[in-house]
Amino acid sequence: MSHQVVPVKVYAAVFGALLALTITTVAVSKLDLGEYNFIAAMTIAVIKATLVVMFFMDVRHATSMTKLFVGAGLFWMAILLVFVLSDYLSRGWLPGLRWL
Amino acid sequence: MADSEATVAVHEPDLRHHFDDSAQQLDSSTLGMWVFLVTEVMFFGGMFGAYTVYRNMYPDAFASTSHFMNVTIGAINTGVLICSSFTMVLAVRSAQLGQKKAIIAFLVLTLILGCVFLSLKYVEYHEKWVDHHIPGPSFQYQDPRYVHQAQILFFLYFAMTGMHAIHMIVGAGLLITLIVMAARNRFSSAWYTPVEMIGLYWHFVDIVWIFLFPLLYLIGHTK
Amino acid sequence: MSTTLPFAQTETRSNYLNVDYGWKSWLFTTDHKRIALLYLFSITAFFFVGGAFAVGMRLNLLTPEGLFAHDTYNKLFTMHGIIMVFFFLVPSIPATLGNFLVPIMIGARDLAFPRINLLSWYLYIIGGVIALTAVVQGGVDTGWTFYAPFSSTYSNTHVILTAIGVFVSGFSSILTGLNFIVTIHTMRAPGMTWGRLPLFVWGHYATSLIQVLGTPVIAITLVLLGLERILHAGIFDPAVGGDPVLFQHLFWFYSHPAVYIMILPGMAVISEIIACFSRKSIFGYTFVAISSIAIAVLGFLVWGHHLFVAGQSMYASMVFSFLSFLVAIPSAIKVFNWTATMYKGSVSYETPMLYAFGFIGLFTIGGLTGLFLATMAIDVHVTDTYFVIAHFHYVMVGGMVMAYLGGIHFWFPKISGRMYPEGWAKFAALIVFVGFNLTFFPQFILGYQGMPRRYAHYPPEFQVLNVMSTAGASILAVGYLIPMIYLAWAWRNGPKAPQNPWNAKGLEWEQSPTPPPTFNFDHQPVVTEPAYNYSGEEQEVELGRQ
Repeated sequence: MSHQVVPVKVYAAVFGALLALTITTVAVSKLDLGEYNFIAAMTIAVIKATLVVMFFMDVRHATSMTKLFVGAGLFWMAILLVFVLSDYLSRGWLPGLRWL
Repeated sequence: MADSEATVAVHEPDLRHHFDDSAQQLDSSTLGMWVFLVTEVMFFGGMFGAYTVYRNMYPDAFASTSHFMNVTIGAINTGVLICSSFTMVLAVRSAQLGQKKAIIAFLVLTLILGCVFLSLKYVEYHEKWVDHHIPGPSFQYQDPRYVHQAQILFFLYFAMTGMHAIHMIVGAGLLITLIVMAARNRFSSAWYTPVEMIGLYWHFVDIVWIFLFPLLYLIGHTK
Repeated sequence: MSTTLPFAQTETRSNYLNVDYGWKSWLFTTDHKRIALLYLFSITAFFFVGGAFAVGMRLNLLTPEGLFAHDTYNKLFTMHGIIMVFFFLVPSIPATLGNFLVPIMIGARDLAFPRINLLSWYLYIIGGVIALTAVVQGGVDTGWTFYAPFSSTYSNTHVILTAIGVFVSGFSSILTGLNFIVTIHTMRAPGMTWGRLPLFVWGHYATSLIQVLGTPVIAITLVLLGLERILHAGIFDPAVGGDPVLFQHLFWFYSHPAVYIMILPGMAVISEIIACFSRKSIFGYTFVAISSIAIAVLGFLVWGHHLFVAGQSMYASMVFSFLSFLVAIPSAIKVFNWTATMYKGSVSYETPMLYAFGFIGLFTIGGLTGLFLATMAIDVHVTDTYFVIAHFHYVMVGGMVMAYLGGIHFWFPKISGRMYPEGWAKFAALIVFVGFNLTFFPQFILGYQGMPRRYAHYPPEFQVLNVMSTAGASILAVGYLIPMIYLAWAWRNGPKAPQNPWNAKGLEWEQSPTPPPTFNFDHQPVVTEPAYNYSGEEQEVELGRQ
């Protein structure tokens, strides 16, 4: 926005962190952690995305309305994923009716 | 009152007539771009949803397909996009400071990095073509247990990375537009809104890849 | 206050209609009011195309053995649904009345993105032309719901072409919603706080949220459907490992909120009409405003009620059923508040108010039957029967289309600068009401008795009710044609309208000339009173003039 100019150092630090996290996620993927591979990879991805959103897209300085819309977008995608998955994951719970 | 507003409107650069002042115009542009990005989140979200369902349904088939993903290219591409986000944000910063040459330099770098990404993507797609992993009549899969499921998963792979690549190509086009505008002195520290807005778009496309990479390339790898 | 400005009644001053002439001034306009009119004409055209398919259907259903080949009938109901949903109902009020009025009601000179507004109309036209091309080439027979694997694998009709048409027009919808959201946030006049916004604006804001959040999902679903049709990878085909229910999840994630895209603007219009013709502020303004947002949000959590018999898990179905009951509450709150507004109000019976009465009654019936359908135990019996068809036609046609007609009549003077003939209008409203009920009430009975939907043939015992329904449809068609005629006549020949023929509150009536100039106002409005301040007549109102 038309406010304070962020020093290059900050952007460079975020850039470095993003590269480091990428290397980390590739390294971790080579270890066999079972279920935790997925959790680790997603956690790192969320951290990277948060860094991009907060620093590169400058949401940390944005108005509350912008933050609300960012949150709403993520929340709505979560609605889609959670409710659809809730169908697939709860199939076969009814005793006697394996397909429902 | 209306007259003095009109006078102000005439003197402020790049102010469109239906806005009262530049601040209102910038607020509108920014909110507009964010609302658009929300629509993009939902657009890709549908595919992430389909992917989640099938991964949940066919974990073993999925694990088997992940061996055919080129992690090296994927990782390099991730690095390339992160670099391009860095150069993009530096371009926006240069615009804030009114540094015309720096704007153009960083935008050109961003564009080059974007093209590197797309070229590597092409190499990857070509590999898949050679392996007969492109869904359709010529699809073949090594493990007969998982032929159908693998085809679905490769379909989603191409749908998601393909849609992402289309967004990159559009982004490249937008960058070229920005470079031309910058070269023609359209931007100043008082008005550089298009640079900022397209920057937001570019970062969004980067974020989509940040999620695509682990989901498609890294998980199920060790099985 | 709301005195008639003298010059509006004498010679024609410059307004958005006469400021420029020629096709270029219309096709390249960025004036939201002209774009609204462009939409009005195109949407009306699509309404009659969709209606023509309905005529074909109802003619076929006059006899048990039908008139057309089965495949043809399948195409008729599919095209009727696609055109009515995507090319009429979804854009209708927002693109016409919303486009025209939202900027004026908030005191702005235009929408935030006028060129995107024009692009939105062009995308609508392109999408519509593509869909019509598909029709001309032989149509689609999958049902407007495009269920897989029939649509993805087995149908040999023009699915992809139609899907592209819907996809393109979906972007029109997204851009309209985006424009409204940004405009309402950033371009309100001084003093126009959120708490003073007309409920018309609140309703369109809520609608825009749905458009922006939901439409992209059907867009990607259609892309996946098209790719599947070409590649046959199996994403929705159970024969090769896909899940057709996934298609339904993705499709209804948008299409259920879509019905709220269709009804919320209708409710928004009704709020304005009832306040004006009861000469009272809307009872419970805050509740009505918040209910609009609640409908938008809750509407995204209920789509599974379309999948009760599709193979969705019992537990997910129970959750969706419960949430579907919840979403009825804000709608009910609105109906109660409108009724309470009329209580001890000074009610008059001009045409817009007649349509509003029709809306309240018919929407209530439609909404209550929705609750029947949300009840799983009942839904199992009436799903995919004419009960469902009657339900959604009550809310969409008895609700939405009546609100649309009411709104068109209410704002006709503002848009055209002329009055429509009140006698003919009241007559047409009556015909519409009678025709509508005769068409669709028998369908509740038919559905309850077991007649399935989308069937070209039916057992002879259902014929009487079907004939009644077709008879009603012909009356309804007349009811729709009459306004087309007198509104077209009145546009050129009606008596010139005063600035505020209804003596209504609101910036569009009180501070914008009739018809409005290109930038809506002669002076920047400053708002100092709440919305619908009908009882505050003695209060000094600062008009922002100096």
